[in-house]
Amino acid sequence: MKLVKSIVAATLAVSGILAGPAGSLSAEDIAVVGGKTHTMGSDGIVENATVLIKDGKIVSVTAGGAVPEGYRVIDAKGKIVTPGLMNPATTLGLNYVPSWADNNDASFSKGKITTGLDVTWALNPDNVRIPIARVEGLTRAVTGFTSAYPFSGQGAVIHLNGDDLVSRSKAYIRLNVTGRTAGSTGGSRAALWQTVVDTLSKAQKSLPKEEMKADKKRKKKKKKKGAKAAAPKKADANTKALHGVLKGETTLVVQAHEKHDILRALKIKKMFDLKKMVIYGASEAWRVADQLVKADVSVVIRVHDNLPSSFERLGATLKNGARLSKAGVKVMFTGNGGDNFRLMPQHAGNAVANGMSWEEAMKGMTVYPAEVYGISDRYGTLSAGMDADVVVWNGDPLEVMTSPDAILIRGEQVSLTSRQTKLRDRYKELVANPAYRK
Amino acid sequence: MKKQLTFGKRMGRFALKPVMAVALALGAGQVTAVQAGDKGAWKSTYKPMASKTTFITNVNVYDGKGGEQLNVNVGLRNGKIFYVGSGKGPAVAYDVTIDGKDRWLTPGIIDVHSHLGVYPSPSTGSHSDGNEIGEPVTADVWAEHGIWPQDAGFAAAAAGGITALQILPGSANLIGGRTVTLKNVYGRMHQDMKFPGAPHGVKFACGENPKRVYGRGNNPVSKRPYTRMGNIAGFRQAFADATHYKAEWDQYEADTKAGKNVPAPARDLKMDTLKSIIEGDILVHNHCYRADDMGSMLDVAKEFGFKIGTFHHAVESYKIADRLKEAGTCSAMWADWGMFKMEAFDSIRENIPFVHKAGACAIVHSDDDLGIQRLNQEAAKSLADAHKVGVKITKAEAWTWLSLNPAKSLGIDKVTGTLETGKNADVVLWSKNPFSVYAVADMTFVDGAVTWDINDKSKQPIADFELGTVGEESSK
Repeated sequence: MKLVKSIVAATLAVSGILAGPAGSLSAEDIAVVGGKTHTMGSDGIVENATVLIKDGKIVSVTAGGAVPEGYRVIDAKGKIVTPGLMNPATTLGLNYVPSWADNNDASFSKGKITTGLDVTWALNPDNVRIPIARVEGLTRAVTGFTSAYPFSGQGAVIHLNGDDLVSRSKAYIRLNVTGRTAGSTGGSRAALWQTVVDTLSKAQKSLPKEEMKADKKRKKKKKKKGAKAAAPKKADANTKALHGVLKGETTLVVQAHEKHDILRALKIKKMFDLKKMVIYGASEAWRVADQLVKADVSVVIRVHDNLPSSFERLGATLKNGARLSKAGVKVMFTGNGGDNFRLMPQHAGNAVANGMSWEEAMKGMTVYPAEVYGISDRYGTLSAGMDADVVVWNGDPLEVMTSPDAILIRGEQVSLTSRQTKLRDRYKELVANPAYRK
Repeated sequence: MKKQLTFGKRMGRFALKPVMAVALALGAGQVTAVQAGDKGAWKSTYKPMASKTTFITNVNVYDGKGGEQLNVNVGLRNGKIFYVGSGKGPAVAYDVTIDGKDRWLTPGIIDVHSHLGVYPSPSTGSHSDGNEIGEPVTADVWAEHGIWPQDAGFAAAAAGGITALQILPGSANLIGGRTVTLKNVYGRMHQDMKFPGAPHGVKFACGENPKRVYGRGNNPVSKRPYTRMGNIAGFRQAFADATHYKAEWDQYEADTKAGKNVPAPARDLKMDTLKSIIEGDILVHNHCYRADDMGSMLDVAKEFGFKIGTFHHAVESYKIADRLKEAGTCSAMWADWGMFKMEAFDSIRENIPFVHKAGACAIVHSDDDLGIQRLNQEAAKSLADAHKVGVKITKAEAWTWLSLNPAKSLGIDKVTGTLETGKNADVVLWSKNPFSVYAVADMTFVDGAVTWDINDKSKQPIADFELGTVGEESSK
């Protein structure tokens, strides 16, 4: 009986923590003091800032503000403070080693379920690549699949700390319309786009009744035909997953490079009245910058991708980001694959070296991904009420010689060690038998 | 697939024979290690582009040997650096004077590991000429015969300050064939780009790739190697055969010299390359990741009497930096790439500085058509990581990872790789300190000729392939 009681008590204690404010893992109150703080929000840049953090949330950011009793102080004097960075296109938590190592959950090549696949069933919070990315200032990421199919499942937004990484599940569905996936639909882009149209049409027809009613056009059409309010067709998991896209809740991330594929994506957006669309890859996006602005479509780019590496990227250039940004497109960044997603700030820095403004580049790693992937109510700026994702940098975060000195995720200060730093420390001075502790 | 098959490695000046060093010093324009029967084919036909006598004033300099000079003047004439100092230098008429104030001048970056041309842009099956996958030992093939000189990647590399680079075969094979060192200029044929006097190299690969391509692949020709044991056995058998081949030729040459009329042994192109490796005429570049694999390869070399010049990728060099110093073997490394396959799982960001700290030869390399465009940033990242753990290396010293050490690895350090009088005018003028992400190469010079100028469209190369496509003007 005693044992049962203590188990119940322990269970309650655990659930109490989990049910705490915004699922924060730490109740510690922290003040980040003295840094030049880029809030990325309405407070702008605050010199000598006091950033107060309580219950995992930002309380206030004030110039020279006092630190209330009970707050642990992190000294940021002479340093730069920003929101933690968010990479909008990764496979974090899905594999340790992508190539020939039998642990890759980031891609799939067989099976019936493609669109409906939910990445949160594959996430591993213990993955060693998470701390490796985290120690470089990434606190949030979008993670998801790749596949040979046009549609490849539903990705999630994650925070890079804790056992439950999910900030927002089913945040987006990826649609790859590069030449690479044309093979799985027959070979030609014509077949690829027909598949896209058919798939979305099928999903539209199976939308539940209330949404059917809301769609005036379709209602009228039905009256004309004199049909009864027919019960919607029962949708399978793949079709159901697209309802979120059609209803404007889920972002459709279209992987495309060529100017005309991007224009076709915009045409699809119009056809199905999609609210949220992102173009990912987007090598030739600069050529259609105005149309992207008009359609309110953002982009995720790899700044370094400047070679005509395929016929759909003949217009690739290092100036892509700057040109898009000047036209008013929200530009986000990702790093190269593998464990190099963490190199996103270097890409952003190179965008600045090639003409983008520093502020826009920073927004592309904080504010914009938060907006586009649906977590701007919690993350993206250092404003009162937001999750305390905070990084103290030893210099300009876009500079290649800069690194974080302190990192907080949802108010919890995380360790700056990783598997890599442990290897570094083990081999800094060479010993004959390294596996034995000193 | 391209990425998986192209990770590779290499070595240096120590294997140079005296005769070769002389040839380099003279800039004789001769490819060494040409075999009997070549009839002088495959020579470099490189001719420097037209250059002007140029004076760069008040510029900050990293000399590539570990030194730094602020606000000095640098003169370039007839393809050479002829003056570095605070005065006006020898009285000559300058065609061009460039204001170097607040800018930095460095030796050109030399990438010891590139597949430009053999895996060009666009990356089509038609142009994929980097791996002769037929069998594990293809020592007879030469990378230069696979190079498409119109790869747009060469221009992008020039914009990143690259003045010379080594093109290697891919890493599918144990012995993938000969490498070639190029000047980073456009020519009509690969011979027009060959670095005069640069010794031949050879590409070895240990570890995962040969295992995967042969033992586990769909290759109908061969099913070995299947394991790392098979890899090493493959190398040993190849060099055992080559030792025999060399003995036959040595005997023939001795007999001929002695006036005997004896028939020449049958010529075997694979064995030609291996024999030249044993004779020290060809520098060994070994794609290798794990410390234990590198240890095995050092012993293969010891058994057959040659030298591993440089390990490429060398992700675990930090674990055996002392051994590499002892062996006189360079490590060409990425700043922070890793974990993409098991043998790269133990990558750390401090690999380059830890190798440097141990007194071994450290090189930053790319193996990548995008990475080659910003190797200065890669060096910067490594340097910052060193500083963060208290390893004291200056920026000027770190520049040796980008120019002098790679020049040594390629056997061209007598003529390029440092910014000092008498050396080739292979230099880069940076908009600001090149350890900043915001620095761009304003101008790149090869033998004193401008191969890239950020302010002059006529000096921004456009490859044939790009003409008439949207790529022609995309970045301009």
